[in-house]
Amino acid sequence: MTEQEAGTETIRTNSEEGGLLGTFRRLASFREFVLLLVIIAFTIIMSLASPIFITRLNIEAILLALSVEATIAVGMVILLISGGLDLSVGSTLALVGVVTGLALTAGVSSPLSIIIGLLAALSVGLLNGSLVAKLKINPFITTLGTMITIRGLLLILASGRAVLNLPKSFTVIGQGRLFGIQYPIFILLILVVAGDLLLRNSRFFRQSYYIGGNENAARLSGINVDLVKIFNYCLVAVLAGTAGLMLTGRFGSSSLTVGTGIELRVITACIIGGASLSGGEGSVLGAFLGALFMGMLANALNLLGVDVYYQSFITGLILILAVVFDVLNERRKASRA
Amino acid sequence: MLGGPMNLGLPNPYWVTRTVEYILRADHLSKHFPGVQAVDDVTFGLRKGEILALVGENGAGKSTLMQILCGVQRSESGEIYLEDQAVSFTSAYDALNAGISMVFQELSLVDGITIGENIFANRQPVGLFNNIKWRQLRRVTKELLNRFDLDLDPTTLVKRLPMGKQQVIEILKAISTDPKILILDEPTSSLTEAEVSDLFEIISSLQQEGMSFIYITHKLGEVFDLADRVMVMRDGKYVGSRSIGEVTEDDLVAMMVGREISDMYGDTAQLETTQGEYFQVEAFSRKGIFQDIQFGLKRGEILGLAGLVGAGRTDLARAIFGIDPKDQGKVVLEGEELDIHRPQDAINRGIAYLTEDRKGQGLFLDMTILENLIAPVLKEFTNRFGFLARKEIKEDVFTRIEKFAIATPSANQKILNLSGGNQQKAMIAMWMGIEPKVIIFDEPTRGVDVGARSEIYHKLRELAEAGTGIIMISSDLPELIGICDRILVIHQGQITGEVSREEFSEELILAYAAGIKNRNQH
Repeated sequence: MTEQEAGTETIRTNSEEGGLLGTFRRLASFREFVLLLVIIAFTIIMSLASPIFITRLNIEAILLALSVEATIAVGMVILLISGGLDLSVGSTLALVGVVTGLALTAGVSSPLSIIIGLLAALSVGLLNGSLVAKLKINPFITTLGTMITIRGLLLILASGRAVLNLPKSFTVIGQGRLFGIQYPIFILLILVVAGDLLLRNSRFFRQSYYIGGNENAARLSGINVDLVKIFNYCLVAVLAGTAGLMLTGRFGSSSLTVGTGIELRVITACIIGGASLSGGEGSVLGAFLGALFMGMLANALNLLGVDVYYQSFITGLILILAVVFDVLNERRKASRA
Repeated sequence: MLGGPMNLGLPNPYWVTRTVEYILRADHLSKHFPGVQAVDDVTFGLRKGEILALVGENGAGKSTLMQILCGVQRSESGEIYLEDQAVSFTSAYDALNAGISMVFQELSLVDGITIGENIFANRQPVGLFNNIKWRQLRRVTKELLNRFDLDLDPTTLVKRLPMGKQQVIEILKAISTDPKILILDEPTSSLTEAEVSDLFEIISSLQQEGMSFIYITHKLGEVFDLADRVMVMRDGKYVGSRSIGEVTEDDLVAMMVGREISDMYGDTAQLETTQGEYFQVEAFSRKGIFQDIQFGLKRGEILGLAGLVGAGRTDLARAIFGIDPKDQGKVVLEGEELDIHRPQDAINRGIAYLTEDRKGQGLFLDMTILENLIAPVLKEFTNRFGFLARKEIKEDVFTRIEKFAIATPSANQKILNLSGGNQQKAMIAMWMGIEPKVIIFDEPTRGVDVGARSEIYHKLRELAEAGTGIIMISSDLPELIGICDRILVIHQGQITGEVSREEFSEELILAYAAGIKNRNQH
């Protein structure tokens, strides 16, 4: 077994079941695997229902549409694992767009504007992280507060108007292509792969599991709990900022209302992907698959000409189903033990 | 401090006997919290390779003292010497690195990750870029598991393990750093007898390898089974320490309480032999949990349910009370069959169930004594507009606080701030509000110290004398033998024995509990 495979070793359990069925059972206890099966089944059904579903153009459209949510989900799932929560990601996303846009219109060069924008995101992360880790304020309340505050700050900064006509040297982030594929998709895929590998194998990132599982015990194991928490808030904020840059680049303008409600969609993707609000569980791959599934669903409903109002209805149902599935699964295992 | 050996007129002057090698010495440690001197000028020594039991009532300062030794708390004065070197820890991690490891009362494991990652929490072997070497982690974990004959897969998720195994993993985690000293804080409180003996075996084999232990416990039986020496604390102070050979259980209790408890359990009932049973449980069964349980209860009787942890006693009580379902079975009170489907049905008919899980299920910890005491009887204190009748509530609550001797400055004190014993008294007071005819009491003295224990026993006897039947579940055999009038023994969900007061003996009850003896198989 190579080191690479070893990350998935957790799949093995001590049940002595052999054969294909046993292997399947073991795999089925992992959310990523179940979700992957659902996505494959969904793809097959949809490709029969609509000829354009698995065309390259449509796949690109799906990935582009979910790139924003999924990018933030990479950070959000790590934060959720460590027992945190961030409602302010949508505001941070818009903040970075506006700050970068304002810098650009003031004549600052594109790379420097981007750095300024991401620094703004980082400071939101530092603020959230310090309030939660140092002052022990509940994450929900902390980030609800920063979410509202930042929206207000945006209106003040941009005097209530969007920032328009951004230069090409910047918009390339959202519109440029590499090997014919748009940058946001590349950025997303790199983040997902890197994030998943790090969270599976890096001792630093794995500290989040201990903190979310049992904070006091984590402290006793010598983990610098406050540091990891603050790091996680900064990570999700910077990723929200990255999503903001991609979105601003794509539209060529910074909107003040962009990203409204995105925090709940991101958290939904993480939960569907196996994360838990009480911490200690989840993976980057799961969160990505959760976002992918939601994106495919929205796309499919569009293609099938279903009214847009049904999307939210169905996404909600799926979230509830995923959680019910979890609860029943745990109960079944508990009764077998 | 270089002067070291000189007589300061303290008890147990360890420096006089210099032949004894101390691995750890605490010298005049003190620590106070707002309003309480938790550790008060404590001086003691731990000998190399010994198991030192530490006993004392709740609030005696045992846990705080240990937290100082393992770096979780800082002492305000005094010194700690580890192998004659003065040490000062700023965190538990420091102490761990110096060789002092502690197993805390609450499990510190993370459910959703593997045994290996739990044992080597934040110490996983890593390679380049902090990348965890999974194969190596699995190998070292397997080696550790094999060392204690544990047939477990290192990649099993901890949440798939039974409680007892989790406790063992917790201890493996603590010893995986190869400590010189291991401190255990009540490690057996949730273990079955078999798991306890496995644990003791592990501790003994580690002792033979030269590890030294401080073992905090409430179960005096364990002190004599396991320890070489025992040290007693009371009110934050060091009371004394004795070798196991030269001390009795009564001596220890006297040292812990600071006075002799002459009449621990009170008188037993003088039951009228002619009197019949007024409460019957008939043919109670739930598949795989308990089968065909049948017994009766007389007025004024305290009936004990003995058995090993997991024998189904609590499940039975919960089924009688209507919390858990049953497949079949009848409950008859005063000749009338009761139709119990939910707890409210049982409460309405005058059955009270006092849970073993006082903090988790028994009390509203964040609420006041007053709010707790009226919880089961809210309806009676609601006036016709749907508002609570404040004045009547206060009067009633004050009466009950006094009657059950709950030590509190006010009825508005949060339950959270009471000691274990007072919480337990509050739970009793809370349920007496419904004026029960039958009380089912699950582990009435778990986590309750000796002094408060005696008060609870007397209170139970008082209630029984007033005509209430009490069914008492306990894992503490001496307690059952001390207070009960009759004991039923349950083994794997079946009543295997009934023992009357004249025949009470630990051996007999244990034989029934272990299934060695069975009244059904003559």
